[in-house]
Amino acid sequence: MSGPSSQPVRRAQAGTTEAPWVRYTLIAIALVFVLLFLILPLAAVFTEALRKGAGAYLDALKEPDAWSAIKLTLIAAAIAVPLNLVFGVAAAWAIAKYEFRGKSFLTTLVDLPFSVSPVVAGLMYVLLFGAQGWFGPWLQAHDVKIVFAVPGIVLATVFVTFPFIARELIPLMQAQGSDEEQAAIVLGATGWQTFWHVTLPNIKWGLIYGVILCNARAMGEFGAVSVVSGHIRGQTNTLPLHVEILYNEYQSVAAFAVASLLAILALVTLVIKSVAEWRHEAEMKAIAELPPERPQAMAPAR
Amino acid sequence: MNALISQAPSAGLAPLPRAQAKRARQRVLPGFKLTLGYTVLYLCLIVLIPITALFFKTFTLSWEQFAAAVTSPRVLASYRLTFGASLIAALVNLVFGLLLAWVLVRYKFPGKKLVDALVDLPFALPTAVAGISLTALLAGNGWLGQYLEPLGIKLAFTPAGVVIALIFVGMPFVVRTVQPVLEDAEKELEEAATALGATRLQIFTKVIFPHIAPALLTGFAMAFARAIGEYGSVIFIAGNMPMVSEITPLIIIGKLEQYDYAGATAVAVVMLLLSFALLLLINALQGWQRSRTGVAA
Repeated sequence: MSGPSSQPVRRAQAGTTEAPWVRYTLIAIALVFVLLFLILPLAAVFTEALRKGAGAYLDALKEPDAWSAIKLTLIAAAIAVPLNLVFGVAAAWAIAKYEFRGKSFLTTLVDLPFSVSPVVAGLMYVLLFGAQGWFGPWLQAHDVKIVFAVPGIVLATVFVTFPFIARELIPLMQAQGSDEEQAAIVLGATGWQTFWHVTLPNIKWGLIYGVILCNARAMGEFGAVSVVSGHIRGQTNTLPLHVEILYNEYQSVAAFAVASLLAILALVTLVIKSVAEWRHEAEMKAIAELPPERPQAMAPAR
Repeated sequence: MNALISQAPSAGLAPLPRAQAKRARQRVLPGFKLTLGYTVLYLCLIVLIPITALFFKTFTLSWEQFAAAVTSPRVLASYRLTFGASLIAALVNLVFGLLLAWVLVRYKFPGKKLVDALVDLPFALPTAVAGISLTALLAGNGWLGQYLEPLGIKLAFTPAGVVIALIFVGMPFVVRTVQPVLEDAEKELEEAATALGATRLQIFTKVIFPHIAPALLTGFAMAFARAIGEYGSVIFIAGNMPMVSEITPLIIIGKLEQYDYAGATAVAVVMLLLSFALLLLINALQGWQRSRTGVAA
């Protein structure tokens, strides 16, 4: 694209960027914004947590209540993420590989939990399973506790993380089309074989990306879980709720120590997410650089 | 670009008419009934039935009771704060999100990959953590608060603090919707415009801006919708004074704590209807964007 250095071409290329002082000013403003709104809050978590030294930090994490909060958070994520993973793959397969009436409506419904306030989401489950809810009397008669207990926390977590994986996979699988799957089926593969050996390798980075964001949200959800948990210490406290309790009791160092665990989780999430993105881009580039026979051979079938 | 994409399928070798080809495809790949059935079932269990329960609960209220619950002065004040702060935060994110996306796509600078990865921090960092950390920064003895407060700028425990928290949670949306569209934009158009004598500013407003406008609006609407429902990060920094710095989700929690289930539900239904409206708007914006640029957000 870089043409010979004749006059109009050079002028045209100069027109696609800004003067250096504009560039540097814009970069500087962007970096200050990132520093103020992203880096400082992140740094503050760790400095506040270590304000009274490493000893106080570790003591806060050794608390039995902190441990039970960690356990409950892990349990909630361990149930919610696989459930939404299965749903996400099923929904993406149905929506991306077939044409049917009401498809765009279904896609909108999948997105719905993103726009519902977490507090409203929690309230919905209280209305269903609470003492005065639809199933409340039946649940009480059978001595099943959902709201203000672990199942309610899991349900609220499932709701708020509902669209994450489906949303990542639907556009990806739509873009890839179904030619390769059709070829596999025609060659005699079963549906499962086709999924495992053809579809899954194609969507793996998108899948990892969706799972990791879903997991971060599942472990960090606050509003919805707060409504259904009942805040029973050592029993129905997840990590974010434990942070709130400590903070409101003016145990600042302990609150930030527990919060730092969640901040580390966020950083790990960002690292895995970035790696998945880079690997995906590298693979896309490798495909684009393949000898031209392959892409062209695939084109007519589309 | 647009025309190319829409022509591509019909230009290829297509022995079957489109509709027939689609039906044939359905026959080839297995699992349609299983996956669609499971999708609908799971959607009903987790999302649709609970939402229905919410609407049915409001029917236990008379119309007058419902109207009184959702228009009491304290609730009205919370709408104003939630709506106003969300709008300001989304506007700030619109400007700075565009700036960040621009800088990340068009310029090279050290640490660019790090900044790009960090933009998603608000998605990954639990809101409660963001809330206490922003409060610690902006409180009178905090890193930033200690310099701002002598100047008479009080951010923590005021409505301004709510705006700050909402800027944080909404930041990635505009960046992530505008970035792919900007990457996809053709520089040839800008070169042509320069050759025709346009200034850089004219090129931005007349060539680049129309191209990214749908994505920009989509990101704005997403940031706004997220801000309206946000709870975790806000309650720590807001101070939560009734009539002044109390957001609508907190009103719902307050009513629940007083066992006023019907009142909480009434306010929740108002919020839910607003969410539906915003979801439809975002969908329409995304459709517009696809038809304009061929890049999905």
